[in-house]
Amino acid sequence: MKKSSTSPAPSLRADQAVRRGPAMQILVDGCPVDAFEGESVAAALFAAGRRELRRSPRDHAPRGMFCLMGSCQECLVWIEARKLPACQVPAAAGMEIETLGFREQRLG
Amino acid sequence: MVDVRPAPIDLLVIGAGPAGARAALRAQSCGLEVLLVDENGDAGGQVWRPLPPGFKRAAGVPHSAEALQGDALRAELGRSGIQCLFGHKVWNVGSSLRTDLIGPEGVASWQPRALLVATGTTERVVPFAGWTLPGVIGLAAATILLKSQNMLPGRRTVVAGSGPLLLAVANGILKAGGEVTAVLDLASRGDWLQTLPSLASRPDLLWQGAQWQARLRRAGVPMLYRHGIASVEAGGKGFRVHAQQVDKTGMPVPGAASPIFEADAVAVGHGLVPGTDVTRLLRARHRYEASRGGWIADADPQGRTSVAGLYVAGDGAGIAGAAAAGIHGELAAVACAHDLGRLSAEAHTRERDRLLAQWHKPARFGRAMAGLMALREGTVASIASDTVVCRCEDVTRAEIDAAAREGARDMNQLKAWTRCGMGPCQGRTCGDVAAAVLAVHVGSREAVGCFTGRAPLRPVSLAEVAGNYTYADIPIPKAAPL
Repeated sequence: MKKSSTSPAPSLRADQAVRRGPAMQILVDGCPVDAFEGESVAAALFAAGRRELRRSPRDHAPRGMFCLMGSCQECLVWIEARKLPACQVPAAAGMEIETLGFREQRLG
Repeated sequence: MVDVRPAPIDLLVIGAGPAGARAALRAQSCGLEVLLVDENGDAGGQVWRPLPPGFKRAAGVPHSAEALQGDALRAELGRSGIQCLFGHKVWNVGSSLRTDLIGPEGVASWQPRALLVATGTTERVVPFAGWTLPGVIGLAAATILLKSQNMLPGRRTVVAGSGPLLLAVANGILKAGGEVTAVLDLASRGDWLQTLPSLASRPDLLWQGAQWQARLRRAGVPMLYRHGIASVEAGGKGFRVHAQQVDKTGMPVPGAASPIFEADAVAVGHGLVPGTDVTRLLRARHRYEASRGGWIADADPQGRTSVAGLYVAGDGAGIAGAAAAGIHGELAAVACAHDLGRLSAEAHTRERDRLLAQWHKPARFGRAMAGLMALREGTVASIASDTVVCRCEDVTRAEIDAAAREGARDMNQLKAWTRCGMGPCQGRTCGDVAAAVLAVHVGSREAVGCFTGRAPLRPVSLAEVAGNYTYADIPIPKAAPL
């Protein structure tokens, strides 16, 4: 498996009480990010050090996951043609994710 | 032509936490046909949140009571054969109680005879400078990260705010191998001691609390009572968290020392707010009760609201904790079964009295905890004018104050004036605090009210809502005679 450049050490994952799903990669803005099957996309990105997910509409201030229960909508990303809170979507191998800012730039 | 008639069902339960799941099970045992809907991937709500799909609990290690209770509930639901739609969001409810869902396969509509709302709570975070920085998350968010995702919020985390989640999160971090830089609690030791009489009814939780305290002491974690966060600054590799001493209202004490903590994450929360999206959308009568979390639907002890066929249960009906929520769910279920003619008056009275007797003890404990989490007016008064209150629309405290001075008198006017609460979260994140800010100008929380409930309750795309509709589906009325 290609090594991702975004994973910091030491890991934020805590495996004392749990066996994770299989290790795999998701694609975020075209770059591979290491994750485990079933982790929420938000948690996987957070663990990979990608805390900023978007910019706020007026101040263009950095924002990231906040409530983790699908309420606050701060972690909205594009996941395969749907705009969804990343905290509510389990990651799957090869899943393609685009941050709002990246997609806006790509589409001009 | 696509069949768009909603599917009939006796009872539709929104939310599969302790209240909703127990209500569904009880209603089924009374002979009702039940549909249980939740936007999460499985039952359990936030308190008994399941592991992510594909995760397994490790063998040979002790698991928390919450984990085991959640697993037991999910197993019971599985055996019951109750129809469950997980991963489905309720985005609209019509006045006939017709409930519109959106799930992985698209939209679906149901027409229940009765609707039970058990949507729990969302977390209140009183804003401070830096609260929008990525890496600053809610306390409830931290519990989800720890117990479901099995992930630390950071290597070194400051845990701040109020209520029992402070200790739970700080301990969860230590247990998972992380470091807690400090715990900042708005409450004093005395505030906690005042909850002891109600804790006496739950010796298990009293013991757990004592163990948590001991663990934090052993780990040398600084515990600062009557302290809050003044600001969080991003700099270098992490955050500088400026703590401040506060009085019992949460107002900073002038001239007190303000310790600084270095951390790479902050978990902060100031209590829970009942989720009233659906009951507000249906224009049920509500009342403001600060000690139970804020605005709640006006309901009888069994959750009957002012709208016929609409019931509420659990913390979303007023905070009383998970143990009480399950019993409250059953109370609502037997009410519903009786009201729909499936439970005799005699059987209903017997069940109601038995359940009410069971409910009392856990509710007393839960309400004591809710008291610790109630909004403290000094924390609101001390929000700086340039601090963002509404995260979705970047509306600052100064803008809310200005709108109030210009004449905004209630929450809907504030929304129209400033866009506060108009963003994708529908005011769930900012509504309670923004109302507290406005109430200082207007006089009371009752006077400023709350945002009128509006569909869609969750963001949905037009394409998704339209589903398989085609032009051929649009009924063309006959031309009027000339």
